[in-house]
Amino acid sequence: MEITSRSLWTFVHGMGFGALYLLACSGLLVEFHRCFIARTDSVALGDSPFLKWYLMAMSFFAWLAVLTGTYIVYPWYRATPSAGTTDLTAFPQKLLMSHATTAGWHEMGMEWKEHVAWLVPIAITMATGVVTRYGQDLRNHPRLRSAVLAVVLFSFVSAGLAGFWGAMINKYAPVSGGSTVTLMKGDAH
Amino acid sequence: MSIHGESTAITHLPGGAGAAALLSAGFGVFALSVLAIIADQSPAFKKTMIFYLPTGPLSGVTTIAVALWIVSWIGLDLLWRRSNSKGWAITIGVALLAIGFLLMIPPVGDIF
Repeated sequence: MEITSRSLWTFVHGMGFGALYLLACSGLLVEFHRCFIARTDSVALGDSPFLKWYLMAMSFFAWLAVLTGTYIVYPWYRATPSAGTTDLTAFPQKLLMSHATTAGWHEMGMEWKEHVAWLVPIAITMATGVVTRYGQDLRNHPRLRSAVLAVVLFSFVSAGLAGFWGAMINKYAPVSGGSTVTLMKGDAH
Repeated sequence: MSIHGESTAITHLPGGAGAAALLSAGFGVFALSVLAIIADQSPAFKKTMIFYLPTGPLSGVTTIAVALWIVSWIGLDLLWRRSNSKGWAITIGVALLAIGFLLMIPPVGDIF
């Protein structure tokens, strides 16, 4: 069982950091509701360090996802082949653009993904900053609380869009190449 | 106040710092979308946005937008941290973020 180093980085970027962020989003919405919106007698809920650490972890994953995507995987995606190259499998963007039936995956998908993904770390870092600063007192700022929740929802949708486009683009023109990493040896039949 | 044997102190913070965080985040996202549109329309601007050649203009667009977001957050926080809540700033922050999100959709951004 082998994987190329570029495929591995793409996997780490998307299925690692990106998917972890998306999974964490649903938990965050529940925890946010429990701490600041749900009616409860325990006013100490909002001061639980759990939510702050959870948000910090989400911010960390969001930044890792966009930085690995922008500075490690994207350069391989947009690499330019030398003149006369006919096999475009190592040049995903050019491969997609070479057919009318696949060009949209770049023109719509990647053009959208490469920008909307950056909304995610900005939004979740802001939410982390506000929750860390206000803690339980966020209950006393309903407008601010609703706005933070709205921005978190925007980050959830944006991460979902970036993940969807990334998965579809990688299906039609996968980022591949580089050195081969052997994960497991098996028997041929 | 004591709950389950633990004492908790509720600190009432002014809302200015929260408004600063919201407005600067909205501004950062809006700036990102506007810079991306300008880079798409102007070859000269696109060239100046190439901070890291393998990534292309995306490197400059995102670096400048993140810098604007952080600087505006620090600046507004210093100005408003002792102020009471600024509802208008929160509303504008969310609106800027929503507009920025819409502008990032390629057919919408291509209108300009």
